[in-house]
Amino acid sequence: MTSTTFSAPRHRPRIRFGTVMVYVVMIAITLLWITPTIGLLVSSFRPADDVKTSGWWTVVTNPDTARFTLDNYRVVLGLPLPDRPAPTGGSRVGMEVALLNTLTVALPATIIPILIAAFAAYGFAWIDFPGRRALFILVVAMLVVPLQISLVPILRDYVALQLGGTYLGVWLAHTGFGLPLAVYLLYNYVSTIPRDIFESAFLDGATHFTIFTRLILPLSMPALASFAIFQFLWTWNDLLVALVFLGAEPRVQVVTQRLLSLLGQFGQDWHLLTSGAFVSMVVPLIVFFSLQRFFVRGLMAGSVKG
Amino acid sequence: MRPTREITRSPAANGIGAFLSTTIGRLLVSLFVPAVTFLVLYQVFIFLRDTQIPQWITAIIAILWGVGGVLALFTISNYVIEQLGPAWRRRLIPFVFVGPALAILTWYLVLPTIRSFIASLYDARGINFVGLDNYIYAFTSQEMLQSYRNNFLFWMIFGTAMSVGFGLLIAVLVDRTHPVFETICKALIFMPMVISGVGASVIWKFIYEYRPTGANQIGLLNGIITALGFESQGWLLLQPWNNLFLVIIMVWLQTGYSMVILSAAIKGIPSDLLEAGRIDGANEFQIFRSIILPSIQGTLITVTTTIILFTLKIFDIVQSMTGGNFGTQVIANVQYVQLFRQVHNGRAAAIAIILLLAVLPVMYYNLRQFGKQTEAFR
Repeated sequence: MTSTTFSAPRHRPRIRFGTVMVYVVMIAITLLWITPTIGLLVSSFRPADDVKTSGWWTVVTNPDTARFTLDNYRVVLGLPLPDRPAPTGGSRVGMEVALLNTLTVALPATIIPILIAAFAAYGFAWIDFPGRRALFILVVAMLVVPLQISLVPILRDYVALQLGGTYLGVWLAHTGFGLPLAVYLLYNYVSTIPRDIFESAFLDGATHFTIFTRLILPLSMPALASFAIFQFLWTWNDLLVALVFLGAEPRVQVVTQRLLSLLGQFGQDWHLLTSGAFVSMVVPLIVFFSLQRFFVRGLMAGSVKG
Repeated sequence: MRPTREITRSPAANGIGAFLSTTIGRLLVSLFVPAVTFLVLYQVFIFLRDTQIPQWITAIIAILWGVGGVLALFTISNYVIEQLGPAWRRRLIPFVFVGPALAILTWYLVLPTIRSFIASLYDARGINFVGLDNYIYAFTSQEMLQSYRNNFLFWMIFGTAMSVGFGLLIAVLVDRTHPVFETICKALIFMPMVISGVGASVIWKFIYEYRPTGANQIGLLNGIITALGFESQGWLLLQPWNNLFLVIIMVWLQTGYSMVILSAAIKGIPSDLLEAGRIDGANEFQIFRSIILPSIQGTLITVTTTIILFTLKIFDIVQSMTGGNFGTQVIANVQYVQLFRQVHNGRAAAIAIILLLAVLPVMYYNLRQFGKQTEAFR
């Protein structure tokens, strides 16, 4: 399992009919796979009337009638249109607000669990204390619990603590749901760091805290990065946790929630749906294409999220 | 540097130390630190929620406060304990490290499992004990029965088979192509994996949208169908096949995942094994069946169980495409509806318990396989 990237180290070049067929089939499958996304991308640049009255593929089949505009993006991002000012109040789509909210949810909901999990992983791996094994098993056992289990009780707590609709509440929820996997994966990584690295530091009088922050954290960066990307995309794309714990207040809603309510009114807003969806995808796509290597590695390890 | 502190430790700490070295004391410390941090964080967030300052400032404060708060939590609690004597410093330090994780896990997953079970025995508002009523609902109501059919038949069996099948097919085919071609194909097929279920639903609305025959189609599928001279179809209303059309969205999202992981496994097969098979005169299909398939069996199980888990908990695609209407209801969506629209905590909790029981055996199998393969992470 050393080759976890998209690159292909082993390659057997042989030119014959079968090989040609493989290329043909693969091109067909790949085209099939990207067509839906291309359809959305094309639609998002078409004027509102066109989106509602003709298929996006007419851009290719009837290039003469094709018209393109950035208005859909201007509207969902709350920017002024050439012929009228930016919409205000109830008529605005507010994707720019939702983007900011999503970032506010996703960044700490990624960093906090990783930090807490890294500390815990070190504690379980390198500090001896009574009950260590039992507690670690408890953490790993929580991997089997689907997050739906906590909705009823935690919602009750949030009502009592007035945490509903706060970022803190959502971060903590994402932290709780992400922790079992994070601790487990980071434990697997941290526990394989050779003992010699610690020994000399201990002899120099370093504390666990110093060893952790100065030695372990930097050494664990690849593992942390892999999990971070995975957790970031998970929180960015999450709908259920946001719906349940963030609530319906437009001021705090994240992109998936905005998109869902746009979907509800799609009768008249097809054109906004297209640009809105694309805006919501831009960040994950950037993360994906720039950090592919880490992402795939994290995915291999992180497939068991509860 | 270090010995001096042990000599000069404050006598006052000894009294606290004696208490803290007891089991209860240790437990208290592990809970105390997160509790204090939480209280401080909490106050600021209540303020942030009610404040009217510009949103981007709120966002920055929130991020800094949240991440900084957690960092401060560890640093401060470590500092406090470092000031104490060596004997119970040794006893308490572990809880600085594992305490916060344990506290949050206990609050969010351990206790909720028990609390959900208790709530499932009570009525909508959690006041009156109703015994097994909520479970009777969960096993007899029309929407739940429909959900079982959809979750298990359409999502789990069809969805998983298609995702894994396509993933395996692509992984095997792409292994025989030029590395640059392979990289591009894999990246493009994998890309949907990073798109949210809601985003994917918007994309697929433009595939399934229905307009009457004769009108200008804006859904691709009906565009093709009518161009070929057939009647246009309301794909999302065709019961029970509409479930299959929703499942295809998931397949589109998840195939990339199984492809990448299976492809890595296929590349891990030693070349000489494959060469030996070819020298012995095996054709490509025989090599696939007798060498490739057995070699990647473990990975295949991991991928399959992972996707099964995903399908059992499927929520966002159904919620955004049909809202569970037209015969497309699924378990997680019924739970959401019971929780928010019906405001029936008892039923929502009972459904959660059923979901847990459904996931449990698959997850156990998945983890067992996963334990054998954790080297993948390194």
